Amino acid sequence: MSILVDSETRVICQGFTGKQGTFHSEQAIAYGTRMVGGVTPGKGGQRHLELPVFDTVADAVREAGAQATMIYVPAAFAADAICEAADAGIELVVCITEGIPVQDMIRVKQYLAQRPTRLIGPNCPGIITPEACKVGIMPGYIHRRGRVGIVSRSGTLTYEAVKQTSDLGLGQSTCIGIGGDPIQGLDFVGCLRLFAEDPQTEGVLLVGEIGGEAEEQAAAFIRESFDKPVAAYIAGATAPPGRRMGHAGAIIAGGQGTAAQKIAALRDAGAEIAASPAELGAAMARALG
Amino acid sequence: MNLHEFQAKALFRSSGIAVPPGELITRVEDAGAAWARLDCETALIKAQVHSGGRGKAGGVVAVGSAREAEETASRLLGSRLITVQSGSEGLPVDQLLMEPAASIEREFYFAMLVDRARASIAMVVSAEGGMDIETLARERPQAVVTLPIHPATGVMPFHGRRVARVFGLQGEPARAAGRLVQDAYRLFESSDAQLLEINPLVLTADQQLVALDAKLAIDDSAAFRQRELFGLRDARQRHEAEERAHEYDLNYIRLDGDIGCMVNGAGLAMATMDLIQHHGGQPANFLDVGGGTTVERVAAAFKLILSDKSVRAVLVNIFGGIVRCDLIAEGIIAAIREVQVEVPVVVRLEGTNAEAGREALARSGLDIVAAADLDEAARAAVEAAA
Repeated sequence: MSILVDSETRVICQGFTGKQGTFHSEQAIAYGTRMVGGVTPGKGGQRHLELPVFDTVADAVREAGAQATMIYVPAAFAADAICEAADAGIELVVCITEGIPVQDMIRVKQYLAQRPTRLIGPNCPGIITPEACKVGIMPGYIHRRGRVGIVSRSGTLTYEAVKQTSDLGLGQSTCIGIGGDPIQGLDFVGCLRLFAEDPQTEGVLLVGEIGGEAEEQAAAFIRESFDKPVAAYIAGATAPPGRRMGHAGAIIAGGQGTAAQKIAALRDAGAEIAASPAELGAAMARALG
Repeated sequence: MNLHEFQAKALFRSSGIAVPPGELITRVEDAGAAWARLDCETALIKAQVHSGGRGKAGGVVAVGSAREAEETASRLLGSRLITVQSGSEGLPVDQLLMEPAASIEREFYFAMLVDRARASIAMVVSAEGGMDIETLARERPQAVVTLPIHPATGVMPFHGRRVARVFGLQGEPARAAGRLVQDAYRLFESSDAQLLEINPLVLTADQQLVALDAKLAIDDSAAFRQRELFGLRDARQRHEAEERAHEYDLNYIRLDGDIGCMVNGAGLAMATMDLIQHHGGQPANFLDVGGGTTVERVAAAFKLILSDKSVRAVLVNIFGGIVRCDLIAEGIIAAIREVQVEVPVVVRLEGTNAEAGREALARSGLDIVAAADLDEAARAAVEAAA
C-alpha cells in the first residue's frame, strides 16, 4: 500500500515536449512510472518518448485513461494548466512549477474547492511511492520501499530525509513534497489524514519550515486524531524575521511563523523533534521505537 | 517588491483613494519652490526609504518655512536612515516627499493582504490607527478586525459597511469608507499586490478620509505581467550584495555570522544555517544556488559570499539529486580557482557519484575539506572559522 499513487496510476505530463517535461518524463519512465502520454497544445497526434501527445488534458483522460498529471509549464500558464486538469477530471495534479503569482493560486484554490481533484504543490518536488511511481523531480534511486511516510515543504531537504531513512533501513511508503509557496494544494493535515488510512505507513516524518501556520495545524491534528508515531524537523531557526528565505512562503511575519513556535506545538502534540537536519532519520527511528 | 510611499500614493491617487497633495524633492535646491507650491503653514518632509519606523528614526520632519524645508532637505538627502528595520548600515535617502500637515480628527488602520490560511485576500482594520499594528494585535487583539474577501465575489458593499462600523463612521465618511474598500481592492487585484497598508488612514477636520501613509508591496512572481510597476523598483534600497545576487538569479540574504553558506535548495539552505548554529557557529548568509549548479553560478555565489569581509570559512552543502556530484565538484574547484578563495572551504556532497566528487575535491590541491556527512561538515566549518 501507499497513498495517492502506486504502480497502477496512469500518469501524464503537461508541458510534455518542453525541456523540463521531457527530461523528467524520461526519468519517470526509467523509474517504472506508468506514463501514458503527455499534453502540449498544438502538438496533439504526435508521439514523444514513444508515447502519445494530446492537445488537451480531456483528450488524455478520454484516450489514455490519465489519472494523475505532473505540470512543468511556465509560471504564467500554470494556473490554467492546473484548472484544465481538474476540469478534465484528473484525480491528482502535481504542479512542479515555481513562481506562480499568489493571486492566481487564490483563484485556483477556489476553483478546486468544488472539485474532487487533489493538488500537490506548486513549487514542489512532487510525490513518489518507492519502486512503483515517481511523479516529480526527486532522484528516484535514494528511495527504498518501507515503513515511513514523509511530508515536507522543501525539495533537497526532503531528499535528506529520504536518504537518512533509507540508510537506516526504515524506507518510505510514500513521500510528498507539498511545496514552499504560501498558498498550496494538499497541506500537512491533508497528507496526515491519508497516511492515517494507509496500513503500510507506520510513522510519519514531517519536515516543515518557518512561515504560515501549517505546522501548528498539523500539531493540532496530530494531538487530536493521529495515532501513528510522528517525527518532525522545522528549518529556519536562524532565519531573520521579515525576510523571505528563498521559498515564497518562508517568512516570519508579524512575529508569527517562527521555528520555535512550530517546534513547541509539534513537541506538545507528542512528535519526536529532530534537533538538526542530520538527525531526521534518527528522530524517526526513535519515534517508531 | 516594495514601492516607495510616493509611488504608492501616486497609484492610490489614480485609483480614487484620497491622499494629501505632495511634492517630491530629489535636489536640495528644489525644496524652497516645493514649499511655496504647497502653500501651507506646516509641512512634513518624509524620507523615502523601504522601511517602517521612519518617524522614530528622524526620517519625518515638520517644517514651517522655505528655509526650514531647504535645511531639512540638505540634511536628509544623501544621508542613510537607520531604522529599527533597516539594519545598522541604514538605507539611502535619495528622495523626500513633502506634504501639508493634515488636521487630524481621528486615525485608523487599514490593510489588505493575502491571507494564507484562508487562501483569500483579506482586510485587516482597526479604529486605532497610527501605532504599530503588530504591537496592537499582540496587546489588544480585539481591536484588530480581519475581514476575508471571497475570491468568487470580490469585495462587496457589505464589506464597506463593516469597515465603516469598525471605524465608527456614519453618513458621508461611512460612504467614503465603502468607496475606499472598493478602490483598494481594485488596485490590489490589478497590481498583483501582496500588501496594501494605510497607517494611518485619517478622518480630517473637514470630514475627509485620507491616506496619510501608503505602503504597497507587489508579488515578485507577478513581475512578468506587471512590467510597468517593476520599472519603479529602487535597487538602492537593497543591500548591494543582495542586489547583485538578484542579477545572477541567486537567492542571497546577508546575516551577522562568519561562516558563509552555499546550498542547493531553500529548505536545505535554512537547515544548513541552523546546523551551523547547532554546532556553535554563526551563519554569515542564506544562499540558495538552485538546481543547475554550473561553474558560473558557483563562482558568482563564492564572489557574493566573500564580498562579506567577516566570512572566515565557507560551507558548501549540495545534495546532488539528478545532477552528478563529480560534475558539481569540478564546478566548485573551477570556481574556487577563478575567484581565488582564500578562506577554508568545507564541502559536503551527497547524491549521485558523491564518492567520485569527494575524490576530485581531495585531489585538487586546494584548501578544501571534503566532509563525508552533514554533521562532520558543519563541525569542520565551525572549527575552520574559529
